[in-house]
Amino acid sequence: MKLGFSPAEEAFRAECAGWLQAQMAGPFADIRGIHSLCESIPRRKEWEQQLAAHRWSCIGWPAQWGGRDATLAEQVIFAEEYARAGAPNRVNHIGIELAGPTILTFGTEAQKAQYLPAIAAGTTIWCQGYSEPGAGSDLANVKTRAALDGDHWVVNGQKVWTSLAHYSDKIFVVTRSVEGSKGPKGITFLLMDLDQPGIEVRPISQMNGEAEFNETFFTDARCPADALLGAPGEGWKVAMGLLAFERGVSTLGQQMQFRNEFDVLVAAARANGKAADPVIRQRLAKAEIGLRLMRYGALRMLSQTDHSAIDGAALTYKIQWATWRRGLGELAMDVLGQAAEIAPGDDYAWPLLPNMYLSSRADTIYGGTNQIQRNLIAERGLGLPREPRGSQ
Amino acid sequence: MEFAFTDEQAMIADTVRGLFAEHATRARTRAAMAGSGADAGIDRALWAAFAGELGLAGICLPEACGGAGLGMVEFAQVAEAAGAHLAAIPLLGVAMVGRALAAGGSDAQRAQWLAPLAAGQILAAAARAEGLSDSAGRLTGTVQFVPHGGAADLLLAWSGDQGWLIDLQDAGVCVTPHVTMDQTRPLATITLTHAAATPLADGKAGISAALAAGWICLSAEALGGAQAALDQTVAYSRDRVQFGRAIGSFQAYKHRLADMMIEIEQARSAVYWAACAIDEGSDEAPLALHAAKSFCADTFHMCAGNMIQLHGGIGFTWDHDAHLYFKRARAIVSMLGDGQWHREQIARLMMGAAA
Ligand SMILES: Cc1cc2nc3c(=O)[nH]c(=O)nc-3n(C[C@H](O)[C@H](O)[C@H](O)COP(=O)(O)OP(=O)(O)OC[C@H]3O[C@@H](n4cnc5c(N)ncnc54)[C@H](O)[C@@H]3O)c2cc1C
Repeated sequence: MKLGFSPAEEAFRAECAGWLQAQMAGPFADIRGIHSLCESIPRRKEWEQQLAAHRWSCIGWPAQWGGRDATLAEQVIFAEEYARAGAPNRVNHIGIELAGPTILTFGTEAQKAQYLPAIAAGTTIWCQGYSEPGAGSDLANVKTRAALDGDHWVVNGQKVWTSLAHYSDKIFVVTRSVEGSKGPKGITFLLMDLDQPGIEVRPISQMNGEAEFNETFFTDARCPADALLGAPGEGWKVAMGLLAFERGVSTLGQQMQFRNEFDVLVAAARANGKAADPVIRQRLAKAEIGLRLMRYGALRMLSQTDHSAIDGAALTYKIQWATWRRGLGELAMDVLGQAAEIAPGDDYAWPLLPNMYLSSRADTIYGGTNQIQRNLIAERGLGLPREPRGSQ
Repeated sequence: MEFAFTDEQAMIADTVRGLFAEHATRARTRAAMAGSGADAGIDRALWAAFAGELGLAGICLPEACGGAGLGMVEFAQVAEAAGAHLAAIPLLGVAMVGRALAAGGSDAQRAQWLAPLAAGQILAAAARAEGLSDSAGRLTGTVQFVPHGGAADLLLAWSGDQGWLIDLQDAGVCVTPHVTMDQTRPLATITLTHAAATPLADGKAGISAALAAGWICLSAEALGGAQAALDQTVAYSRDRVQFGRAIGSFQAYKHRLADMMIEIEQARSAVYWAACAIDEGSDEAPLALHAAKSFCADTFHMCAGNMIQLHGGIGFTWDHDAHLYFKRARAIVSMLGDGQWHREQIARLMMGAAA
């Protein structure tokens, strides 16, 4: 057990820190510190391509597909330096962190060659077509239909809450391809182009005034017959495998965003005097503890080579961070007081901390609600009986 | 960077788990709780096996004086296993005093005490005291809340940056053991009247080493105890049937168990982060220790409380072990600084003292 970094790892840190800081001070200074999902998208796409040009876009991937085969320690370091430099949110995080690793795991060699280089290059932005009006927590209840028509799949139905679909090039879609099938059987995992007449994307306004997610309608939308992961009718395994990547190395980058938010909050508390209030001090200290434990929990999870030992523990990660950030949002409002309730300008648009208060209410919903996480922990982590299902 | 146990560390954990599973049985723990005088709260046979056969009393003490020369990570593994079984042994005092001696003792103090401590031949206790007066090597005053004070041979008392070693055989020492809520670690009051005492050569280093060992010990015990409370409750929830179903199939019940696991996994990260930080001399060590002590104590207390609730009536009986965990947890919450105090220390590290 060892927490420190080796001299070679520290040299790697110096290299990536130097490059990132020069970029954020120079050519990309205009997008330094952007935290919202939908701001300055075209510039952030250019930034993705700049990262790719210097092979920093997905360092954990194999070199063959545009990565660096980076070790865990190197990925930790990069995530830290990325945040320290104030580099913006990754606009293609769904491509890099979900679609890419899923294709690496379940794709054929031809599919890897077809899809991965464009993700690494920052030229193809992906989004996730899982949820439907009737299938949220109960994802296996998807109704969007896929049928083979010669050398194409034809897709009809509706997805909802599709984040960033309005800026994306591709979507992975959980469909039902076997007529009359129910639950996890008969699911096919398709990879589709969004830019086609059969797909319509309609943004949905969110409670924080932004419109990051969408309704996505499929009307005889098409994709080639081989644009699927896993066998036809057996896509459930792929859909579930993808969710496991949400607990992967991407968590480290996300934590650095939390660190930035937390630092802004502490600075605000010091500036307005709340940092002297003993109750606020206790809560800030608790939040600091929670953030550190998230980091060391992630390192423990990622350091483990024997995955059976850690799988149960890894299940606790989602609810942990989501609940932590929601709590941080509440603490931020208590620190800022009524001042936080007035928008700085004429739009219904919020600065970092009040926006965190609002946006964090989604954290405990998407990617499996807190209730669903507790079910998973109890059933998979502790081996308790499964929830009874109603008849549908 | 690799935050996982080495093969050697995994072996140590297996060995100590095996030892406590065999010896620290319910029956023997209860016998130790019922002991009196110098045997109150101590299973002497377990201590003999632990210190004598396995040589574990000096696990984190220097090799030069008979210790194993290992660090806080290995010690935490031992304390975690001891906590899981509520082992009635004076691990806390021996580690605190041993580490204080190694870090801040004079040559004479080290020569006199370290080898017998590492061999488990003598027992030690440590406690903070206010208002001790030292006149020419003679201490007068009262040391309260001394864990296993009734059984100890050697006392480390400290106040601020000053620490003293007191041989409890001295004529100026009066030990009053108390009936203590947590009977697996009874407390004593020790009154000193011109008792012979020698100061630590480097009080600051000695006391900070003692506190670090103490906080790791309590955090790791709490982690082990919390996990045991969860495991035993999960086992019960599979057997006990109400409304025609195993109670563990009710969602309100499952979710409380899940909440326990969520906290326990964080507590595990906290213990080994702090232990590693000390072993590596990291700047993060103070923060990590305060985080570990406050977080793990709270986690254990929550889990032990849930253990009672989720067992129903049987959980409130003397015969069931739930109350042993609950009382151990409550004692740990208060020992060596409560959660509020530790969190305030973290606030100071983050933002300085409140204006
Ligand atoms: C900001 C945001 C972005 C999103 N982005 C995407 C995206 O990009 N792609 C995508 O596919 N989806 C996305 N989602 C959808 C998200 O995954 C779903 O909202 C989520 O899975 C919950 O489904 P639901 O909204 O249908 O709620 P429901 O499943 O209807 O849940 C309603 C309530 O019932 C509870 N509940 C449901 N089942 C149980 C149970 N068995 N036990 C106890 N309680 C239960 C839930 O916890 C919740 O409190 C996004 C959501 C949000 C908020």
